Amino acid sequence: MTLAPTRGTAVRLTDLHRVYGGVAALDGLTLHIEPGEFVALLGPSGCGKTTALRCLAGLEDPDSGTVEVGGHDLTRVPANKRDMGMVFQAYSLFPHMTARQNVEFGLELRGRDRATRQARTAEMLDLVGLDTHADKYAHQLSGGQQQRVALARALAIEPQVLLLDEPLSALDAKVRAQLRDEIRRIQLEVGTTTLFVTHDQEEALAVADRVGVMSVGRLEQLAPPAELYSAPQTPFVADFVGLTNRVRARVEGTTAHLLGGSVPLLPGSASGPEALVLVRPEGVHVEHAADGTASVVSASFLGGHGRVIVRIPDGTLLTVQVANTEVTGFAPGDPVSLSPRGDAALAVAG
Amino acid sequence: MSGQRAAYRRRQTAFRWVALTVAVAAFAAPLLGAFDFTTQGPGGNGRTAETWLTLVDVSKVTTDYPALREGFLASVSLAIVTPLVMLLILVPTMTWVRLRLPGLSRTVEFICLLPLTVPAIVLVVGLGPVYAWVYYLLGSSTLWLSLAYVVLVLPYAYRSLDAGLRAIDVRTLSEAARSLGASWFTVMRRIVLPNLRSAVLSASFLSVALVLGEFTIALLFSKKNLQVAMYELGKSDAKISVAVGLLALAFAFLVLFAMSFVGSSTAGSSPFARLRRSRAVRKEPAA
Repeated sequence: MTLAPTRGTAVRLTDLHRVYGGVAALDGLTLHIEPGEFVALLGPSGCGKTTALRCLAGLEDPDSGTVEVGGHDLTRVPANKRDMGMVFQAYSLFPHMTARQNVEFGLELRGRDRATRQARTAEMLDLVGLDTHADKYAHQLSGGQQQRVALARALAIEPQVLLLDEPLSALDAKVRAQLRDEIRRIQLEVGTTTLFVTHDQEEALAVADRVGVMSVGRLEQLAPPAELYSAPQTPFVADFVGLTNRVRARVEGTTAHLLGGSVPLLPGSASGPEALVLVRPEGVHVEHAADGTASVVSASFLGGHGRVIVRIPDGTLLTVQVANTEVTGFAPGDPVSLSPRGDAALAVAG
Repeated sequence: MSGQRAAYRRRQTAFRWVALTVAVAAFAAPLLGAFDFTTQGPGGNGRTAETWLTLVDVSKVTTDYPALREGFLASVSLAIVTPLVMLLILVPTMTWVRLRLPGLSRTVEFICLLPLTVPAIVLVVGLGPVYAWVYYLLGSSTLWLSLAYVVLVLPYAYRSLDAGLRAIDVRTLSEAARSLGASWFTVMRRIVLPNLRSAVLSASFLSVALVLGEFTIALLFSKKNLQVAMYELGKSDAKISVAVGLLALAFAFLVLFAMSFVGSSTAGSSPFARLRRSRAVRKEPAA
């Protein structure tokens, strides 16, 4: 597990519950974040990830459970006393202030003198690459620039924890990717403990030290991105993170036999003579075979790689990832044969 | 086709001019009539500026028409206090409802719009017992009329502030400010109010307009504002009363014009802001 420099503060959310009108947004969420760590909370809409972040920020009160930062219980401490920097999904720059004034705002509230404020503001705007835009108002900045200023504003107060509530979701794809990398660079530079909420798995996997996948108010799995992807502990995680094929297999102990080959099973897999094995598109090999029992349904070129949809004899459609140079060789109706590459997979009853 | 369009445009232009002329005539005719009346000589013969010269002499007005001075000061005070009280009540309430109690927004809207349906005379009957206590406990200053006036301006002020609150993302802005360490008071003062500037000015504008023209409630509560003073003066000196009426209209127009002049400018683009910027630019080389 790779951790950022340990300059930040530890965060402990313990057994948080929050119910809205009979629906549990948080159902016993427990999450521990190491000092300086960048944790992403990933999950579908309504899974409780934003509620968890807002409970940590003090913008929501949990019904029960505790919020600890740096060993201090902040559960009932108001938001303005928590010392946390937050970047919101919606553009949140104060429209009547320039970028510089926005960044200075938190420092002003902390009673910093003018010289300190100016120096810190210049440093922060420089950090996010907007030092030449300091005197612009929000409406004069693009969406990406506004979110950078919001990040500078949040970091200027030297918060104990940086909270990012889907800050990239309103941006277009290219800006999103740029800003995502920039957020990671800045976080590594300043070393602030960071909680990043997103529904975009690529974003989460790209920037976080650990990714927590949430479902119906609970944390399904918290692990480094590679582990989360290659060794999902639950069917939900396997389904939610990346594309997954469900292939019927014969199970013998810790091995599953499928597609004419076998794969080792991950801990937590279903046992029994038969199960559905969750196999990634890149975990299957496809090749032309005149006597192949599977047939190509479609083949798509996706830039960096290609994707082939294949129908196997029992009628199941499987998605297989291939090199972008190979994809043009497959045409609908081509007979093909499939085999597992041997990556460990999770089996579920079915 | 284009000929038809040109004819239609000509008809539209002609209609606009006719409508404008009728409107201006409707407004101007009574004012001109009033002005004509104030400049008539004794017995309606000839012209004299005596009435206007009397009003220009402030010391004479003060000594000869003390009620006028009293009414004028009361109206000006009410025009200052009423918007302030209204804003103090409405802005935090509406912001809080929007942030924390959105389910109550319909109720608050209903309460605020209710005075529209209540005639002034009914309002006075209802407020009578309340004012009896106010006078008993706090004295019988004319300024207490501002409480009744706040009720009267609620519907207009509510609409104006509601439009302002809808135009900004109050929740996100206030949460951003809170996360940066701002207390609720600071959020209101530094974030919400500056972004509601136009709405606040518009609500104040309506309040001032209402206060400067209010007569019924003041009369029924036996309080002397400018309108009541003019009404009473009209019984003894009609020309002065009418002339003061014209001046009051001009005064109200100037106040409202000044407010709209300030209110119509967005942050950083007002004439004052432009003036400040040009001065700053002029100073820069010297610095």
